[in-house]
Amino acid sequence: MSSTTIEGKPREQWTGQTGFILSAIGSAVGLGNIWRFPGVAYENGGGAFLVPYLVALLTAGIPILLLDYAVGHRYRGSAPTAFRRLARWLEPLGWFQVLISFVIAVYYAAVVAWALSFFVYSFDLRWGDDPAGFFTGSYLQLADVGGADPWVSLDFVPAVLVPLVLVWIVAIGVLVAGVAKGLERANVIFIPLLVVGFGILVVRSLTLPGATDGLDALFTPNWAALGDADVWIAAYAQIFFSLSVAFGIMITYSSYRRRRANLTSPGLVVAFANSSFEILAGIGVFAALGFLAHQQSVAVGDIEGLTGPILSFVTFPTIVSQMPAGPLFGCLFFGSLAIAGFTSFISILQVVSAAFQEKFGLSRRQAPVRIGIVAAVLSIVGMGTTTGLVALDTIDNWANNVGIVASAVLTCILVVWVLRRAPLLRAHLNAVSTTQVGPWWYACVGVVVPFVLAFMLVSRIVSLVAEGYEGYATWYLNVFGWGMIGVLVVGAFVFARIRWRVDPDVFEPWPMIGATTGGAASGADERRPGATDAGKEGRR
Amino acid sequence: MSGAATVLLVLALVIVWGGLAVSIVAIGRRPERTDYPAGGVDDDRDDDAPGIRDT
Repeated sequence: MSSTTIEGKPREQWTGQTGFILSAIGSAVGLGNIWRFPGVAYENGGGAFLVPYLVALLTAGIPILLLDYAVGHRYRGSAPTAFRRLARWLEPLGWFQVLISFVIAVYYAAVVAWALSFFVYSFDLRWGDDPAGFFTGSYLQLADVGGADPWVSLDFVPAVLVPLVLVWIVAIGVLVAGVAKGLERANVIFIPLLVVGFGILVVRSLTLPGATDGLDALFTPNWAALGDADVWIAAYAQIFFSLSVAFGIMITYSSYRRRRANLTSPGLVVAFANSSFEILAGIGVFAALGFLAHQQSVAVGDIEGLTGPILSFVTFPTIVSQMPAGPLFGCLFFGSLAIAGFTSFISILQVVSAAFQEKFGLSRRQAPVRIGIVAAVLSIVGMGTTTGLVALDTIDNWANNVGIVASAVLTCILVVWVLRRAPLLRAHLNAVSTTQVGPWWYACVGVVVPFVLAFMLVSRIVSLVAEGYEGYATWYLNVFGWGMIGVLVVGAFVFARIRWRVDPDVFEPWPMIGATTGGAASGADERRPGATDAGKEGRR
Repeated sequence: MSGAATVLLVLALVIVWGGLAVSIVAIGRRPERTDYPAGGVDDDRDDDAPGIRDT
């Protein structure tokens, strides 16, 4: 058997199954679980949203998660390496995912920094009696873009700058420490802490007056919503964005599992843990919103800012200010937000680090430092200024709704339909896993996922072209939205053209599929026993 | 809370948290295969990682 990494050294590994599962949960559970799911569920049928949500989890979330696991584990590399070994011409798709991760890391760090700031501000309720004015005015010092101020500014905001630099230093430190001693150790510490901290917050929320009104608002079913296609699309989008799939993270993480390692059962644990945390967040957030509605003598539906940064940095500070022992509640909320964000942030950064380690022969200490410094500078210049929120909002929208969705659609179409490797990847999953994947998986990754996501992608592109975004200037969206996507596409092909420092095609996948794993591999188009030319898969 | 909301809350907890519990129990009972295909034993780690804490 040939060596397992392109450097000729054994690949870094998780210490075992628990470390992998906790790290994958740490990646999946992020800001979206806390600030996106509750509002999306509320706005899309309440309790009835559970139906499309579960259908989306089973027909799209888990199947595409397993697709990522199979690609990363079988081809044992970051996204560019793994896709290249799948088929040489697929390397640009891997780089596209890496560059999406790079862009997301640049702005994601800023949100983690905001959460850290508000964690500190919770101690003395720094936002006073005007959280909205504090967040956009005193804290972010948001420029009047489109009005008196330019769209792009270099006026730095010290209150954002300090935690932002701190986040980058700690994240780079974690990555430098390696997969086991850095990423895994951080998750082993932070994930239990997150569960305990957020659990206390939920219990406290449930004891507040008005909490049941909030839960009533969230879970009262609107069955008519099930007839609305947009509700189903919202469910698929929530599952898709929440699980950290299709932009390299799960490919990279599964590549650090040893070859003889279970994949599908840990995948089920990760997927259900992610959804469990979302349900928990829904309960905690809406119980707290019920309290706020009770205090203001309004209906929960009349409260503004039920999702996104406004929910976290405006609505929640308002809640904290009005409740007994508010500072403690604030610390729990923003501490949870910071932890959930940070464990996702380091996974995003690892996608980039791993790719550069493999392509350019960098060590696991060199890559995060070099990549991290470049990304940190861009992050500070782009997000640490008075126009940072506008840049973040724009780039986030295009990177997610266009970049990641396009990446997922391309992955499914190219791997399943063009290369026809679904039988091979299913055989791989079944050869190493305790829970077997049935033929239903083909329908999910070959039909359901690409169809639903392609519909989402096209409708979003049409909407963005026709209506713009948030009233931002057209030239600004052309540069920071469409332009950014264009740069990623071009960059993906450019990086794929650069010479590898060590030949990635000197590689032999394991296990042999076709003769050694029985019927599950029927139709699998891979090397046959006796073939010895390493890299044959990648040269097809 | 209304009856319908309560039922949906309980259903969400039973299905999603139940799914998590079942998947954890399943992996605890059978963490790895015992009948791997031949080979695949060449990826010993090269770093001084912390001790294995595993299922």
